[in-house]
Amino acid sequence: MGNFVVSGTPHVRSKENIQSIMRDVVIALLPATVMGIVYFGIPALTLIVVSIVSCIFFEWLYQKLMKKPITVSDLSAVVTGLLLAMNLPASAPIWLPIVGAAFSIIIAKQLFGGLGQNFINPALAGRAFLLASYPTEMTSWTAPVGFSGADAVSVATPLATLKTGVMPDATLTDVLLGTNIGGCIGETCAVALIIGGIYLLYKHVISWRIPVVYIATVFILMALIGRDGLRAPVYELFAGGLMLGAFFMATDYASSPVTAKGQIIFAIGCGLLTSLIRIFGGYPEGVSYSILIMNLCVPLIERFTEPKIFGALPKTKEAKKA
Amino acid sequence: MQALTFKRGVHPPDGKALSAEQPIKVILPKVDSELYYPMSQHIGAPCEPLVAVGDHVKVGQKIAASGAFMSSPIFASVSGEVVDIRPMLVPGGATVKAIVVKNDGKMEEIEGLNQGRDYTTMTNEEILDAIKEAGVVGLGGAGFPTHVKLNPPKDTVIDHILINAAECEPYLTCDYRLMLEEPERIVRGLQIMLKLHPNAKGVIGIEMNKPKAIEAMTKACEGIDNITVQPLVTKFPQGSEKHLIYAITKREVKSGALPASAGCIVDNVDTVVAIERAIEKGRPLMRRIVTVSGKGIKNPGNYKIRIGMTLRDLVDAIGGFNEENPPVKLIAGGPMMGPTLYTLDVASVKTTSGLLCFTKEEAYIPEERNCIRCGKCVDHCPMGLMPFMLNHLALKGDGEGFVKHHGLDCIECGSCSYECPAKRQLAQSIRATKKIEAGKKAAAAAAARAKAEAEAKAKAEAEAAKN
Repeated sequence: MGNFVVSGTPHVRSKENIQSIMRDVVIALLPATVMGIVYFGIPALTLIVVSIVSCIFFEWLYQKLMKKPITVSDLSAVVTGLLLAMNLPASAPIWLPIVGAAFSIIIAKQLFGGLGQNFINPALAGRAFLLASYPTEMTSWTAPVGFSGADAVSVATPLATLKTGVMPDATLTDVLLGTNIGGCIGETCAVALIIGGIYLLYKHVISWRIPVVYIATVFILMALIGRDGLRAPVYELFAGGLMLGAFFMATDYASSPVTAKGQIIFAIGCGLLTSLIRIFGGYPEGVSYSILIMNLCVPLIERFTEPKIFGALPKTKEAKKA
Repeated sequence: MQALTFKRGVHPPDGKALSAEQPIKVILPKVDSELYYPMSQHIGAPCEPLVAVGDHVKVGQKIAASGAFMSSPIFASVSGEVVDIRPMLVPGGATVKAIVVKNDGKMEEIEGLNQGRDYTTMTNEEILDAIKEAGVVGLGGAGFPTHVKLNPPKDTVIDHILINAAECEPYLTCDYRLMLEEPERIVRGLQIMLKLHPNAKGVIGIEMNKPKAIEAMTKACEGIDNITVQPLVTKFPQGSEKHLIYAITKREVKSGALPASAGCIVDNVDTVVAIERAIEKGRPLMRRIVTVSGKGIKNPGNYKIRIGMTLRDLVDAIGGFNEENPPVKLIAGGPMMGPTLYTLDVASVKTTSGLLCFTKEEAYIPEERNCIRCGKCVDHCPMGLMPFMLNHLALKGDGEGFVKHHGLDCIECGSCSYECPAKRQLAQSIRATKKIEAGKKAAAAAAARAKAEAEAKAKAEAEAAKN
C-alpha cells in the first residue's frame, strides 16, 4: 500500500469548463440565430450550417495535420462558425463562409496557438478578410422575406441610409425587432441579441463592463456629436451590429482585457471608434473594425491596468526601495 | 449582526455534512503501537531530543526542545520506551528526525502534570512562559509558535485578538465540533489572551454556515463585554489570516508584514483551547482534534487523538477504509490547501487538522487545457493577483517577471485553480516558482549580509592597520 495519488492543491474543482462556457455562448446566440432564419429563410440556415461545419472541419484538419490533440469538442469552433455566419448577408454565396472559416480558424486562431492565444477575434478577422476580398458579396443586403418564397429584393441597411443623410423608413420598432430591414443574418433582431446577452450575464460567462460601457459610450457620443441633422442616439444603438458586437464579439475572452479597469478602457475605445467611423468614416458601420483595432491594444491596456494587490505597499515606499 | 467578509474568493461545495454531526470521539493509541515525535512541528528552529534510545518516558514529559526563541518544545503523549530516533515522514512530505516511543499502555503521567493555575493571579511573563513551555503552536495549519505571536515587538499596539473559527476549508469540522462541545473553554482561552493585551477586544469570527456554533459561542460569551461573536460570510478563504483581519477590522496587512502590524493577533479555535489547557489544566499540547472524512473512510468523524500516532493507527482505530469504495487519494488537511500523502505511515503532528480519504470520483483530476483568458482567476483571487499571468511566467521560467507581478504575495489558497474552466494547475505552478524565488531572495539577502559583514570587517582591519 503506497499507491495513493499525489497531486498539487486544490483537490476540488468547479464544474464549469471550456465546453460548458462555449455551450452557454451558443445557447445565448440561439434567439438571434432563430430570428435570423425566420427573417432570411433557407439561405440563412444554409449559411449558418456551412459556416459552423467549415469551422469545425478546419480546426480538426489543422490539428490533424499538425499532429496536435484534437479539441473540436470544446465547441469553440462552433461559436466562431456561428458568429461568422451571423456577420454575413443572407444573400452571400455558399463558398463565402467556407473561405471565411478557413481564415478565421487557421490564420487568426490556430497559427497563433489555438484556443485562447488569438490576439484578435477570429470571427471578426474572418469577416474583415471577406469584406476586404469580396466587397460586393459582403455588402449585398436583401429584405427579410422569410420562407415566403418571394424573391429577395436588394435593400440598404438603416445605417447605410443614415450615412447618405436621410432618415431610413424603418421605425425604431423595426430596428429593435429586425422587421423590414436589411443587414447581416444575426444582427438585425436587437431584442434577441439583448436576451442572449442577459443570459450570458446571468450565467457569469461575461461581465457587464464591456457591453454596458461600449453601448453607453456609443449612446453618449451619438447624442453629443451625432450626425449632421440626424441626431438619433437610441436608433443608432439598435440599427446595425452594435448589440451583436457589444455582447458577443467584444467580450471574446482571448482578445479582450482580463482586468476590470482594462475592460472599461477597452469598451470606451470600442465605443469611440464605432461612433467616429459611423459619423466621419467611409463605412456605414464601424463595430467590426473598432473591435478589431481595440483587440490590438489589449496587451498595452492590460499592462497599465494590473489590479492593486491586497496589502499593496504604498507607492512611495516602493520607489524608495528601487 | 451583519456578516462580514473580504473581496473576491470562491464558494466550493463544503462537504461538511459527512462529519459535522459526529461528536468528538477520543482515540487512544493501542498498546505496543509506536508513536513518532518529529523534531519540527512548527515554524522556527527544530528541536533536539532530550531523551535517548532506551529511556522510559511518561505522559507530559518534555522530550525535545530548542534554545531558540522561535521554536516550541515537544511532549510525549503516551508512556513507554524510546525505541529509536530516526527519520520519519510528516504530512507536508518532508522526512524529519523523530523520536519513536513504544506505548506501554499505562499512560503513566509525569510528576508535576495537572498543576493548573488561575491566570488572573499570573504575570504576563508567567503566562507567556507557561504557553511556551506547553509547546503551544498555531493549530490551524501553519504552526507558528503561539508565545511568539502573543508577544509582538514592544511598540506594536494590539487592539484586536481574533479567534479564527471560520473553518473555511471544505470537509473539516473539528473546529465546529469544538465550538459546540466546549465553547466555555474557548472563551476562557481567549480571556487568557486578553489578559496579555488588556486594551484589545476579542472577536470570534464564525462563518454563517455554522449557525449552531454561532449560537453556542454567543451563549458562552454572555456577560463578557470585551468578547463578541462576529458572523462571517461563508466564502473561501475566509479563514486566511489576512482576510479574516480585513473582514473584521477592514485593515489590510501589508505585503510581507505580520498580523501584529495591523494591530491584530489571530489564533485558531483549537489553539485557544490548547492555551486554556496549558494554563488552567497544566497540561502541555499532547492531543489534537482531527477530522477524518471523505467517501473513502468507513466512519467519517471528529477524533481527539494523541499527537504522534501514525495516521495508519488512526484509520485502523476508527474502522478503516470504506472497502466497497476505497480511497485513491489521501489529503492531510482540507481539500483546498492540504498536501497529499502517498502512504498512511505518516506521523500525526501538532498541525494535523484533517485526513481526507477521497475515492476515485472525489479525486478526479480534469485534463489541463489552454488558458482561454476568461479572467475568472483574476476575479476570484483574494490577493488581487493575476494568476493566469503568474502561471504563464512560472511555466516560462521567468522568475523576475513573477516577482514583479507580485507572485510572492500568493497565499496558495487555490481559488484560481478551483475556478479555472480550463482546469489549469495555476496554484501548483505558482507555488513551485514561489519556493524557488523565495529561496533566491533569502540567499541574496544572506549574501548581502555576508558581504556587508566582510566589508565592515575589512574596514575595521584597515583602520586597525592604519593605527
